[in-house]
Amino acid sequence: MPDSGMTLLRLTDRGLYCEAGDFYVDPWAPVDRAVVTHAHGDHATWGCRRYLASAAGRGVLALRLGPDAVIETLDWGEPVSLGGVRVSLHPAGHILGSAQVRLEMGGEVWVVSGDYKTDPDPTCAPFEPIRCDTFITESTFGLPIYRWPAETEVFAEINAWWRANAAEGRTSLLFGYALGKAQRLLAGLDPSIGPILTHGAVERMTTAYREAGIPLPATTHAAALPRKADREGALVLAPPSAEGSAWTRRFAPFSAAFASGWMRVRGARRRRALDRGFTLSDHVDWPALLAAIDATGAGRVWVTHGFTAAVTRWLGERGLEARALATRFEGERDDDVEVE
Amino acid sequence: MKDFAALYTALDETTATNQKVAAMVAYFRSAPPADAAWAVHFLSGWRPRRLIRAGDLRRWAALAAAIPEWLFEESYHAVGDLAETIALLLPEGAGAEERPLAWWVEERLLPLRDLEPAEQEVSLIASWRELSGRERYVWNKLITGAFRVGASQRLVVRALAEVSGLSDEVIAHRLMGAWEPGPGFYERLTAHDTRDADWSRPYPFFLAHALEQPPSALGDRTCWQVEWKWDGIRAQLIRRAGQTFLWSRGEDLLNGRFPEVEELAAFLPSGTVIDGELLPWRDGRPLPFAQMQRRIGRKKLDRRILAEVPVALIAYDLLEEGGEDLRTRPLGERRRRLEALVASLPTGASIHLSPVVEGDDWPALADARLAARDRGAEGLMLKHAESAYGVGRRRGDWWKWKVDPLSVDAVLIYAQPGSGRRAGLYTDYTFGVWDGDRLVAFAKAYSGLTDEEIRQVDAFVRRNTLDKFGPVRVVKPELVFELAFEGIQHSSRHKSGVAVRFPRMARWRTDKAAADADTLETVRGLIDAVNAR
Ligand SMILES: [Zn+2]
Ligand SMILES: [Zn+2]
Repeated sequence: MPDSGMTLLRLTDRGLYCEAGDFYVDPWAPVDRAVVTHAHGDHATWGCRRYLASAAGRGVLALRLGPDAVIETLDWGEPVSLGGVRVSLHPAGHILGSAQVRLEMGGEVWVVSGDYKTDPDPTCAPFEPIRCDTFITESTFGLPIYRWPAETEVFAEINAWWRANAAEGRTSLLFGYALGKAQRLLAGLDPSIGPILTHGAVERMTTAYREAGIPLPATTHAAALPRKADREGALVLAPPSAEGSAWTRRFAPFSAAFASGWMRVRGARRRRALDRGFTLSDHVDWPALLAAIDATGAGRVWVTHGFTAAVTRWLGERGLEARALATRFEGERDDDVEVE
Repeated sequence: MKDFAALYTALDETTATNQKVAAMVAYFRSAPPADAAWAVHFLSGWRPRRLIRAGDLRRWAALAAAIPEWLFEESYHAVGDLAETIALLLPEGAGAEERPLAWWVEERLLPLRDLEPAEQEVSLIASWRELSGRERYVWNKLITGAFRVGASQRLVVRALAEVSGLSDEVIAHRLMGAWEPGPGFYERLTAHDTRDADWSRPYPFFLAHALEQPPSALGDRTCWQVEWKWDGIRAQLIRRAGQTFLWSRGEDLLNGRFPEVEELAAFLPSGTVIDGELLPWRDGRPLPFAQMQRRIGRKKLDRRILAEVPVALIAYDLLEEGGEDLRTRPLGERRRRLEALVASLPTGASIHLSPVVEGDDWPALADARLAARDRGAEGLMLKHAESAYGVGRRRGDWWKWKVDPLSVDAVLIYAQPGSGRRAGLYTDYTFGVWDGDRLVAFAKAYSGLTDEEIRQVDAFVRRNTLDKFGPVRVVKPELVFELAFEGIQHSSRHKSGVAVRFPRMARWRTDKAAADADTLETVRGLIDAVNAR
C-alpha cells in the first residue's frame, strides 16, 4: 500500500479492521468485537460476540440484533480506549443513533463516516464535522446529478399529494425504508389530513423511536384489514418490500409513492411503476458530500459504497490521496423484507 | 412555460389515460390560445429538426455545470437521458419572469437553427439560467428534438373535444392536414360552429393506372373519354355553405395558397365539388412545373409572383352538385354537368375545363399523344364513359397513357458522394420502386437537379442516414423524384428485372410521399407499353 502515515484501519475479508485495537468497524461477518455505526443491515451484522454503538441508537440496534446481543454503548463524544486506540462516536445524521467512528492514536486521527447526511432531520442528532487525517466516506449518491431539494419543499409535496388523494377517495401508499426513512417521513407528515396507518416493520421501528424519546405523530398498525371508515383519507407507511404485495392491494383504490434519493432520476421513478417519487434521502447529496469531505481537512480519503470511481477521481484531481474501498456496504437498500 | 412543463410532468407521472386527459383538459382550459396551439403541435408529435449538435450541447452543459466532461459522461451514464442529465446537472437558475410557451418557442427555440454555434451557446446558457428545473428538462427535450409524451393523438383529441364541447370527429378533422400553430389556429380548432368540419371534407381521390397494354385492347374507342394528362397538383375544390376549401391529394388544405382559384370559387353554387389539377397556367397552356415550385416555395404570395405564375384549376370531374353526391353517376353525365357549370363562370377565369381530346380511332389518339409534350401535358388519360368516380387506384376504368420520355416516380434509397465540383456532396443517387411493401433499387441518376436542390438533398441524406456501406449511405425512404428515361427493357442483370436508358431526375416530387411512388409492376408495364407503340 503506497499510503503514507500510520494505518489505523485496513480492509480484510470481514471488513475494516483496526489491528492496534483489535476490533472491526461495521464488519460483514461475525467477529469478536464490532464497532457499529448504525443499525441498517449492511452495517450491523448479526452474530458478533460484542458490539460497541451509540447510546442513542441502542434501542433500534437491539431490535435488529436480537435480545441476546451484547451491546455496549457510548454517549456522543465519550472516549473509550481500546488497545491504546482512543475511540469515540459522533452523530452522523443518517438515522436515529447513527454514528461516525473516530479513532485516534499517536496524534493520527481516522474517521469512518458510516452513512451520513448533513440535511436537517428531527428524528436524529445532526451530523458533526470532525477534523481528521484519513476520512472513510460513503458515496451512495456521489454524482453531481444528485442534489436534494429542500426538505420543507419535499414535505409540502408529499402532504399535497396525500391531501389530493384523500379528497378523491384514494388511499395514499407511501413506501420508505422501515428504519429511519419511515420515521423521518412521519415527522414531516401533516396528521391533520387523515389517519396514518403502518406496516408491521414500520410500526416496530417507530415504537423504538418513540421509546428513545423521539416525538412522532400517532400511527395505527394496519395488521388486519382496516374498516372502510378507518381507511378514509388514510396514508399508509410501508417498506418498499411490501410494494405489489397482497397486503398493499387491500388498500385499493390507492396512489403509490416512494420516498428515496433515487427518485431524483426519472428512470428510477419509471422502473417502479409508481404514481409518484419523492426525492428524500438520508445520505449526503453531491455538494454536501464534497463539503463534508472538505470540512474534515483530511488529506487521505477512502471511498466506500456508491459511485466510488467518480468520487475518487474527482478528489484525486483536487490533490487528495483518494482510493476506492471495496466494502460490502450497499447504500440505500430495502433491508426489511418481512411478510405480515 | 411553467404550465406546459407541469402538463408534461403530469402526463409523464401517470399511466391512467383518464388522468392524462384530465391534465390536458386543465392545461387547455387555462392556456392562452397561442400557447395552446404550440402545445397541440408538440403533443401531436411535431419535433424541430436537430437544432444543436449533441457534442456541443454536452460540452456547453458541462461548462455551465462547472464539471469536467468525464464527470458529465459518468452522470449521463447513470441517467441515460441527455435532456434529463443536463437538467439535473445545471446549477439552480437565477429565475426570470415567467414567459409563455409561445415566447420560448418563437423567440428562443426556432431562432437557434439560424445561429452560429457560438451564438447558440450564449442563447442556450441564457435560457438555462432563466428556467427552473422542471421547465429546463422540458426545454432540453424540445431543443434536442426528443420531446415525446405518453399521450396518443387520440387522447389529445379527446381532451380538446372535452375542452371545446365538440365531438372527437370534428377535432380530429380540424387537426388533419397542415396547419401553423398560432392563436388563430387554436380558436378555429375549438370553434363551436362545426359546419366547417363537415363542409370542408373532400371525397377520396380516384386514381388511374398506367396503361399496360396497347389501347386497342380497351375496345371501342367511342366508349372512352380522352383528356390530356396534366401534371400539376391534383386537387378538390369544395364550395359549401358560402365557404371554399381547396384540398390536395395529400389531404393538405391549400386554402390561401391559390387565391385566384378561391376567388372564382365564390361564383360556384353551394354544394359543389370539383376534381381537377392545379397548374401554373397562361394563354391556354401550362407553364413549366418548375414555375409552380417557385410559387409553392414562397411563404408570402406577393403581387409579383401572382402575376408571374398565375395558377388555374383544370377541372376534370364534378363530384357534387347542389349538395348531391354524383360519384356513382356515369362519367358522361358528370362531364355534361361539369361543362354547364364551368360555362356559367365568368370568362377568362382561373377555372377551366380539362379539354376532351378528339380523335376518331386509337391510331389517331396515338398521334395526339405524341403531341402531348407540345401542349405541356404528359400524355393522355383514358376514362370509360360509363365509369363511376371510384375510390383509390382501381384497375379498368381509368388509364394514364404517358408519352416518352418515360417517367416513373421513384424513392431515393441510397446516396453516394459525387466527384469534381460535386465532391463532398451527396449527388449520386439510387432510386427504388415498390415491390409489395419493399423498395427495390431500379435506377441510378446523377443529373437533373439544380444546385440548390442538390444542397437540400445532401442535407437530407446526412440527417437521415440509416446505414453505411463504404461511401454509400442508405437513407430513410422519404424523398420522391420523377425519373425520366429514354428507353426501358427487361434485364436479367438487374435485381428489378428492368434496365433503363439515360435516366435523369426530371423533378423533385415534393408533393408526393414515398407511398405514392410507382410500383415495379407499373415499371414493367411500361416495357409493354413502349413495345406496343
Ligand atoms: Zn444506512
Ligand atoms: Zn450503508
